[in-house]
Amino acid sequence: MDHLKINSWRRRRFLRIAGTATACGVLTSCARENSPWRFLTTAEGRTLDAICEQIIPTDQTPGAAWAGVVNFIDRQLMGPYRRQQTAYRSGLREIDQAAVSKFGKDFAALDTGQQTALLQALEGGAKRFFSTVIAHTMQGYYGDPRHGGNRDAVSWRMLGVPVIPIRGRNRYEFPKQGAR
Amino acid sequence: MAFKHVNAVIVGAGAGGGVAAKELAAGGLSVVLLERGKWYSAADCRKDDLRNQRTSPLGNNSGPDEARNPRVVVDLNGQERVVLPSEGGYSNNAGCVGGGTLTYGAQAWRFQEKDFRMATTYGVPEGSTLSDWPISYAELEPYYEKAEYEIGVSGDVSTDPFHGPRRKPLPMPPLPVGREHTILKPAAQRLGLHPFDIPMLRNSVPYGGRPPCMQCRWCVGFVCEVNAKCGTQNTSIPAALATGNCELRTGCMAREVLTDARGRATGVAYYDADDRLCEQTADIVIVSSAAVESARLLLNSKSQMYPAGLGNRYGWVGRNFQGHSYSGAWGLFDFETYDDIGPGASIAVCDYNHGNPGLIGGAMLANEFIRLPYQFVSVAPPGVAQWGRGHKDFMRQWYRRSIAIQGPTQEIPIADSRVEVDAKVKDFWGLPVARLSGGKHPKTMETSAAMTDKAEAWLKAAGAIRTWKKLSGKGTSGGQHQAGTCRMGDDPRVSVVDKYCRVHDHDNLYVIDGSVHVTNGGFNPALTIMAIAYYAAERIVKGRKGRGV
Repeated sequence: MDHLKINSWRRRRFLRIAGTATACGVLTSCARENSPWRFLTTAEGRTLDAICEQIIPTDQTPGAAWAGVVNFIDRQLMGPYRRQQTAYRSGLREIDQAAVSKFGKDFAALDTGQQTALLQALEGGAKRFFSTVIAHTMQGYYGDPRHGGNRDAVSWRMLGVPVIPIRGRNRYEFPKQGAR
Repeated sequence: MAFKHVNAVIVGAGAGGGVAAKELAAGGLSVVLLERGKWYSAADCRKDDLRNQRTSPLGNNSGPDEARNPRVVVDLNGQERVVLPSEGGYSNNAGCVGGGTLTYGAQAWRFQEKDFRMATTYGVPEGSTLSDWPISYAELEPYYEKAEYEIGVSGDVSTDPFHGPRRKPLPMPPLPVGREHTILKPAAQRLGLHPFDIPMLRNSVPYGGRPPCMQCRWCVGFVCEVNAKCGTQNTSIPAALATGNCELRTGCMAREVLTDARGRATGVAYYDADDRLCEQTADIVIVSSAAVESARLLLNSKSQMYPAGLGNRYGWVGRNFQGHSYSGAWGLFDFETYDDIGPGASIAVCDYNHGNPGLIGGAMLANEFIRLPYQFVSVAPPGVAQWGRGHKDFMRQWYRRSIAIQGPTQEIPIADSRVEVDAKVKDFWGLPVARLSGGKHPKTMETSAAMTDKAEAWLKAAGAIRTWKKLSGKGTSGGQHQAGTCRMGDDPRVSVVDKYCRVHDHDNLYVIDGSVHVTNGGFNPALTIMAIAYYAAERIVKGRKGRGV
């Protein structure tokens, strides 16, 4: 396994190239289940997606789900948000449990009104977790698309911010000659 | 590992250390400039809304290293926590060649005459350590001018009646104005204020061999893509290296200032880029690591002779930690204010820096830098939903129809706002980390509140249909404007360095950065740090001349 003892970025790249078939035998996290995400399970991803869509819903423009906010969060949970992995695991479980005990269904299966009501009624640790998700959703929706969210710069288009940085603004006409 | 002895070793290649290195090297001294971070160029620019020096949920773009440099922060309730460089409360400036000047907003303010005489002007409020500087504006004026011309400043202060006497105009004209400027200027004039173009360490015309600003929206917090922002990384430090007398070593983390049996500084022990312990001996040691890290380095330089650290005989190292009490207001307009033209901040008034009845000091007020979409999220006024449809509507409706006016309210220094070294938490190299604690003087908060009123009035006069205030918190400010921890003074019992930035008790140890500021003015402090570096370095060079360096 010497070829895997290179730095993690190259290792990830190698695994992507080599295909998951070989990788599954090596990395237990991969063997766990067939989740499309890096950190989240399929079910967690579904719950988180529904929460994010509540935070920034689709109206005349796409919301958080379309913008790929879950992809953003999942990616950061394996990077800068690493310290929040446990918070996500338990927080998402707690919200799903609340949904089951209140409405008899997983959070993602609730209708929009029920989801909103449930999130508004959160208390204690679940409420704190929800604030974290709000903060991360804002980053994923309004931040730079290079981090996996804000697909197609959808939020920048919504706000009317030029997506491609405008260059060549150097204007050499000056209203004032020199300064006193 | 030991190196060839040099005339001067400087710890920190930021605003202060970068200028000092150039002055000393040009004056014929051999210099080693140590920097813990890397040397970034314009080509390293990443216009990343989530990873920069101002907005850092995913990290910083110019240091310090996230994993290696924790600090301990004690909040107003006495709760302490370990924080990383990109997290709130850390008071991060930067860790790179150029320091904060690589990514700053680059406002180039001279402090006013009264800013050097705060105690004389206002008296000393109870519970504060307010004091005059041992130097005056007039003494510093030639060095302000030198900084403006050597580093490069654009702007036009001719219609600001409050600035101190100056011999020369700024070397570059102001940038073309944006929409906010044209909205705010007549409003200020109607209020009887004196608006003008903010002086900026930013090229508006080709200057110093670099092109002018292209006015993009990624400015404060970012490396400038076209190298139009003037910092020490693209001015003094290359000039220092060009003399052949200066060696820059990056990735070098200072461990302690070394002293001999007589108490003279003999050099610096540091960990190099490969984490090997090295020693650089020198005739002169200059600490230029910014207010938090300079104080930390002195406090960590303990010996039998100096059990409390260097310069700390009277316990003043690390005290009077201050930045600015940033306060102001937001306004919403029923017409578009956004034009996507950077740097955004462009118009200022200095009418409220002094002379506010019943208050101590004040602030320069200016429009805020151009905001990136993510930065606007936290702007929402009270009553607007934090999430859901209400949030999205707010963003959509007001992002392009808003203006912020803010000012760096001058802080009244207090002894209990301080930098210490933590007894338990160590950094990657095993060095005790900085421990930040304390808060603001009530008088500071009073002045800040008054500044929010002034900012709000200006926005209303400009036609804002809704306004709300933004008052600074009561905790320590520090941050990128950090200052005060090695205060300058004539009396060694109540200060750390003398009027030439030399640490009392040590005739060859200097602190040259914002740490020496007695008070921090109602202005962004970078130009003052540079001016003091020119001033102190000139004295060092002159002092060496007689000794045949």
